[in-house]
Amino acid sequence: MFDRRLVQNFDWILLLLLLLLAGISILNLYSATYAIRDVGGSQVFVKQIYWFLIGFAVFFVMTTFNYFALERLAYPAYIFTIALLILVLFVGKVTSGSQRWLSLGPVSFQPSELAKIAMVIVLARFFSEKRGYRGYRLRDLWQPFILIAAPSVLILREPDLGTALLLVAGSFSMILFVKMYWKSLVILVGSAVSVAPFIWFSLKEYQRMRILTFIRPDMDPFGAGYHINQSKIAIGSGLLWGKGYLRGTQTRLHFLPEQHTDFALSVLAEEWGFVGSAFLLLLYLFLILWGLNIAKASKDKFGSIMAVGIVAFIFWQIVINVGMVTGLLPVVGIPLLLFSYGGSSLISTMAAMGLLMNISMRRFMFQ
Amino acid sequence: MRTSEFDPLSLEIFDRQLKKVTLVVLAVFGVLVLRFWFLQVVNGSVYRTKSESNRIHLQDISPFRGMILDRNGATLVDNRPSYDLYVVPEEVQDLEELLERLSRLAGLGAEEAERKLDEASLRYPFRPICLKRDLSRDELAKVETHRFNLPGVIIKVAPQRHYINGTFASHLIGYLGEINENQLNSGKYTDSKPGDLIGKSGVEWKWQRDLNGVRGGAQVEVDATGRKIRVMARKTPVPGENVCLTIDKDLQAVAEKALAGKSGAIVAMDPNNGEILALASSPSFDPNLFVGGIDRASWEGIVLSGDFPLQDRALSGQYPPGSVFKIVVALAGLEEGIIDPEEELVCTGIYYLGRRGYRCWKKYGHGTVSLHRALVESCDVYFYNMGRRLGIDKIAEYAMRFGLGKRTGFDPVHEKAGLIPTRDWKLKRWGVPWQGGETLSTAIGQSFVLVTPIQMAAFVSAVFNGGIVYRPQVTRWVGKSETEKIHEFAPVVTGKIGIKQEHLEFVKNALIGVVNEPHGTGGRARMKEVTVAGKTGTSQVISLKKEEEFESEKDIPVRFRDHAWFVAVAPAENPRIAVAIVVEHGGHGGSAAAPIAGQLIKAYLGLDRSVLAEAVTD
Repeated sequence: MFDRRLVQNFDWILLLLLLLLAGISILNLYSATYAIRDVGGSQVFVKQIYWFLIGFAVFFVMTTFNYFALERLAYPAYIFTIALLILVLFVGKVTSGSQRWLSLGPVSFQPSELAKIAMVIVLARFFSEKRGYRGYRLRDLWQPFILIAAPSVLILREPDLGTALLLVAGSFSMILFVKMYWKSLVILVGSAVSVAPFIWFSLKEYQRMRILTFIRPDMDPFGAGYHINQSKIAIGSGLLWGKGYLRGTQTRLHFLPEQHTDFALSVLAEEWGFVGSAFLLLLYLFLILWGLNIAKASKDKFGSIMAVGIVAFIFWQIVINVGMVTGLLPVVGIPLLLFSYGGSSLISTMAAMGLLMNISMRRFMFQ
Repeated sequence: MRTSEFDPLSLEIFDRQLKKVTLVVLAVFGVLVLRFWFLQVVNGSVYRTKSESNRIHLQDISPFRGMILDRNGATLVDNRPSYDLYVVPEEVQDLEELLERLSRLAGLGAEEAERKLDEASLRYPFRPICLKRDLSRDELAKVETHRFNLPGVIIKVAPQRHYINGTFASHLIGYLGEINENQLNSGKYTDSKPGDLIGKSGVEWKWQRDLNGVRGGAQVEVDATGRKIRVMARKTPVPGENVCLTIDKDLQAVAEKALAGKSGAIVAMDPNNGEILALASSPSFDPNLFVGGIDRASWEGIVLSGDFPLQDRALSGQYPPGSVFKIVVALAGLEEGIIDPEEELVCTGIYYLGRRGYRCWKKYGHGTVSLHRALVESCDVYFYNMGRRLGIDKIAEYAMRFGLGKRTGFDPVHEKAGLIPTRDWKLKRWGVPWQGGETLSTAIGQSFVLVTPIQMAAFVSAVFNGGIVYRPQVTRWVGKSETEKIHEFAPVVTGKIGIKQEHLEFVKNALIGVVNEPHGTGGRARMKEVTVAGKTGTSQVISLKKEEEFESEKDIPVRFRDHAWFVAVAPAENPRIAVAIVVEHGGHGGSAAAPIAGQLIKAYLGLDRSVLAEAVTD
């Protein structure tokens, strides 16, 4: 049963990229929590090491089976995820005003993390079926729209605006990739613009405030705009070479909000300067381009679209977080992939990476 | 073969799409890298500066405000620790629940707390907001034991002004309040910042600069929650100077007890130098209520009570002096040579000026009176005659020699000047000429004449100390201690009355008679131990004529009853204490005010320990 080609085709570059990112992440978390090491801070980076270990385990598990099996499992997995998303609204743990976590004995996880992977798989399954070459019209897309809308609305109800936004962005990137008719696209964008006001009024007050202060951060420099400003101060004060490892004053003194989660990148930028930030961005760019290369190398539509979907999701997560901490995008609370502290998102990312590896390893299947 | 295997055309389309995607990704990452370039290289130095100021905060260290002592060194005002409850809203998960808990534990008004948080949280994120000052022992214990359950709650200790005896000498000592915009802009409070407490009245106000001390500061490295990481530089605050008053704590207590439940004022003064020994105004207030911001209910209780407890009646209460003013007329008459002490006039109870009759307080008259008896029995008709002979401008001239009609200089802001009417004044103020009848009323201290109790104390002192008008003062010294003082009491003479000793002696003798002779109006201040001299006065709230419409004195509504005056000095031969007392709506000076003078003199001269003990234990 074991195919030697699996070992020959093992994607060492992908693994190397992941190990590099994991190393930088842990190093940075150590610094980010250095100031609070006496009050439980040191646990943060130790825990993250464990999370990475578990993450890599999941990563390898995800490479052991043939991803073709997922084509059959796509819909059942999707429905299972939806069920969990409904469940979390009833029995989920409430933390700081939202209900995102499901507890399974000692471990708890966010079903919304699972939803990202399920979304990629189910859309890849849908779009791998044969269609015309000119792309999709709106009427061909009602099924994917429902597939996207259901988990997005449920996640929005938790409420978790960031993840819902990510789900929509990632999914539509996949649709754009498999091509739409130009006319359909115009209609879609036009209608999106016209429902925007309704979405605006359905947002929570703090979310609206965040968008408003994103547009005009000077409006309230000590209130909602505080996060963005402090983050920009941290990043900017790093200058070209940074203040040095463990020397970030913004970080040391807790001026950065959520500095080991959503704003972990600001810590790196403060301590390592433009050189460090650019290096990290290049690593991410390389990861994305490598993912696209895997998509290109894959010999079947399902695997290829799935690889593109995974890349789309990691792309958006990176862009939203980097845009947020640098003040280009609203503060929506999405951690930086493979970098911020947080077990749930790390495990799901590593699972997705495992899937990517899985596709990469089996690119020979049709040869 | 699986369904999803690429056909050649799809493969080509996919490759084309992947190329587009690659371009998009490169473009977006280009933007992100440029953004970092912009923040860190182009604008980096600006942010570097911001990050420096962000972590180094200047923290104030308030100095200890100086203490206020009485003349014998007893502490009247000091500072005590106040346990203040702060909340850092950003560290609280469920604010509503926290407030609910705090209202249970610390009696916190949820509505007021929410308002404070709303006001402050926008301006000062991650900074502790004070929700309640000065927790009680019970509240503190409850909050401390539940601390683990109250994330974001901080207890800070700060010195708080403590008025040890509550309402004791509250008008004189004054109170603290938050500095206001005008005061900040005035340039007088160079060391003060918004939110600081400064003296708003009394001694706290007068000696604000010395009491306050000099603010210290520390350059501290702080984190965003305001927690101190380390102190980088420090300037030690200089504690304020202590202020030792001329007030005698025990005498003050006696004075306040005498006025309890009444409206009025008492000023006791050393006639030989102007030192204020006691200064009481009733009703009073508790200055502790003002420290750290007075609450609404207490404020309304004070302001809307209708009898103006904040007003210091000893300085700003202006009353017609009534018959006390006859001392001025008598001295003026003697000095001008228009009164012959031997001359006898007949008082029939009424004096006619033209067709109008002016009454004497004694309905059926005093019979034949000379100056001595006219003063002792306070005959109005005698002084109508003398007033008419002198004329209003002469009366005014002598009154002003005593410092009446202008501020004594005790407190240039809150003190009132009173009023000594002249012809010019009448014409200017009212646009009509002076009337002859008004001279008569003025001669017995009614109509337009107004004086304050502190003016009366200085006035009676001058009569008995040989004619020197001293400025009333209340500070013995300012400094660390009596041996390390930066300011010391020195008598200030504001005027000399310039009246011959023999005339003064004659009047002094008559004033001894007021208290000690059989028909004297001030008999109730008499004591066997020392000779008390004094003069009663009754300032009319409504005219005598109207008063007669009532069957007896008791039928007159309180608000229409006369104010009772009594000024006194003891011992008359060698004066050590002068007092001026006014009891609003007290009726006759002889019955309402004279007994109080007796108590004060006894207490101060140590003649009656029981008066003292009683007052002090209260």
